[in-house]
Amino acid sequence: MTERGNIIEVSHLVKKFGDFTANDDLNFEVKKGEIFGFLGANGAGKTTAIKILCGLSEPTSGIALVAGFDVGKYPDKVKERIGYMSQRFSLYNDLTVKENFRFYGGIYGLSSAAIKERTNYFLEKLEMEKTRNVVLSEIPLGWKQKLAFSVAIMHNPQVVFLDEPTGGVDPITRRQFWEMIYETAHHGTTVFVTTHYMDEAEYCERVSIMNEGRIVALGTPAQLKEKYQAQSMNDVFIKIAR
Amino acid sequence: METPSAFIRIENVQKHFAEVEALKNVSINISQGELFGFIGPDGAGKTALFRILTSLILPDSGSASIGPLDVVKDYKKIRKSIGYMPGRFSLYADLTVEENLQFYARIFKTSVEENYKLIKDIYGQIEPFKKRRAGDLSGGMKQKLALSCALIHNPKVLVLDEPTTGVDAVSRMEFWELLKKMQQMGITILVSTPYMDEATLCDRIALMDHGNILSVETPVNIAKSFKGNLLSVKTNQMYGLLSDLEQFPHAEQVFRFGEFIHITFQSENTPEIIENLTSYLNSKGHKEILISSVEPVIEDCFLALMDQPEKA
Repeated sequence: MTERGNIIEVSHLVKKFGDFTANDDLNFEVKKGEIFGFLGANGAGKTTAIKILCGLSEPTSGIALVAGFDVGKYPDKVKERIGYMSQRFSLYNDLTVKENFRFYGGIYGLSSAAIKERTNYFLEKLEMEKTRNVVLSEIPLGWKQKLAFSVAIMHNPQVVFLDEPTGGVDPITRRQFWEMIYETAHHGTTVFVTTHYMDEAEYCERVSIMNEGRIVALGTPAQLKEKYQAQSMNDVFIKIAR
Repeated sequence: METPSAFIRIENVQKHFAEVEALKNVSINISQGELFGFIGPDGAGKTALFRILTSLILPDSGSASIGPLDVVKDYKKIRKSIGYMPGRFSLYADLTVEENLQFYARIFKTSVEENYKLIKDIYGQIEPFKKRRAGDLSGGMKQKLALSCALIHNPKVLVLDEPTTGVDAVSRMEFWELLKKMQQMGITILVSTPYMDEATLCDRIALMDHGNILSVETPVNIAKSFKGNLLSVKTNQMYGLLSDLEQFPHAEQVFRFGEFIHITFQSENTPEIIENLTSYLNSKGHKEILISSVEPVIEDCFLALMDQPEKA
């Protein structure tokens, strides 16, 4: 296997809100095509960090390079090259499935022909052709999450950020979602994902664990289990975060 | 199903929304002091059932009662005896922690002081932040506040709709320790969850799908009812392994399971299956093959039940 380059390089990243330090000196790299699990307790600072990496929030200090650009200086260059699926469901509930694809495809700068082709591609893949003209509010949560992921990668981004994509989703749909993640990574898109399901942490190539604004552990699931003498990632997490 | 000790009785409840049959014909009896879990995919009908029990919506037909109280006729008394935590965070984001709690206490014509002993264990953990607006709390703290508010009027029954969705592993564990304490205080608890490890902590579980109850059992009996033999497989190529296993002739069900993949067989001859599977995976180019026989857990049973083709 050839050495893969880095798609994300974070160096001494700090984010403060008033007196509160949400991200306290973060340092890590993510490789091209990697599935990187970004774990941590509620309030540890994960969403803050993701927003900075996506160019939605400015760092207080430090540097984050995403897809070749300094995100603090060139947030728009970064935004063109990434996809983002936010924690709260990110599609429009009063638009139809097709309209959501068209809207986001337009934002990502795809041509009409490309939007049409990508929409057909994903609906066929998800076996959701019949829902093309259904208003999103009428679609079950698990399906919505799969649609939101498809929309986030419809412009073939170099990295996709998924913030708790499977929260509240049933075990079967969660697994289908992870098949989509594997496939996306297999085709070269880097997947940066947060989750509270520790079985999903095992599906990642490497994971980091945040606690109170800092990254306190980073490695492959096997390395972390060995280091913390734990049977599962759930045990690792509980040992670190409690 | 009819047991003399039934405290909550749900009989032939049906409910539809527009063309969707949310509850087809649901009957369950729940004993006083039970910690009773509901699991099932999105749209299974769990929330609709909870909303009927809490008197927030009416059933189309059938009946439900808690103790001597009917959820339709005695709705005012029902509301006094139930604490409900809806799926979405539904406290007032612009009130402080303390204000939210006082508000709920006053609605039920009681005070925080009067029932403080009920919530001491939970509220004590968030009390240092009592001047903080509820909207600024972390997920785990929001859940603790919501549970405190649901408990403040000393209810006999707690109805908790996915209380731990979006909550981290440590906070979930603490939340379930609190639920066990509530149960020891004599409170009957109905809880839905998408986490199968939490289902294991219930006294009994109802498995729901498409508005039906598929089974009501103890976690131990659900695991025992698993049909077939289960193997856990790991190789050096986890990406291709799932589809290779799905194509293995004797495989019934194949699911990812943490760092392993679980595969179900009907054959009794496990050593022979393992031998065949090993040479099959070798032929597909897999290396570092690890195969072992494992006992099914609730999640295996859930996946097996949900994976069956829909009955017309």
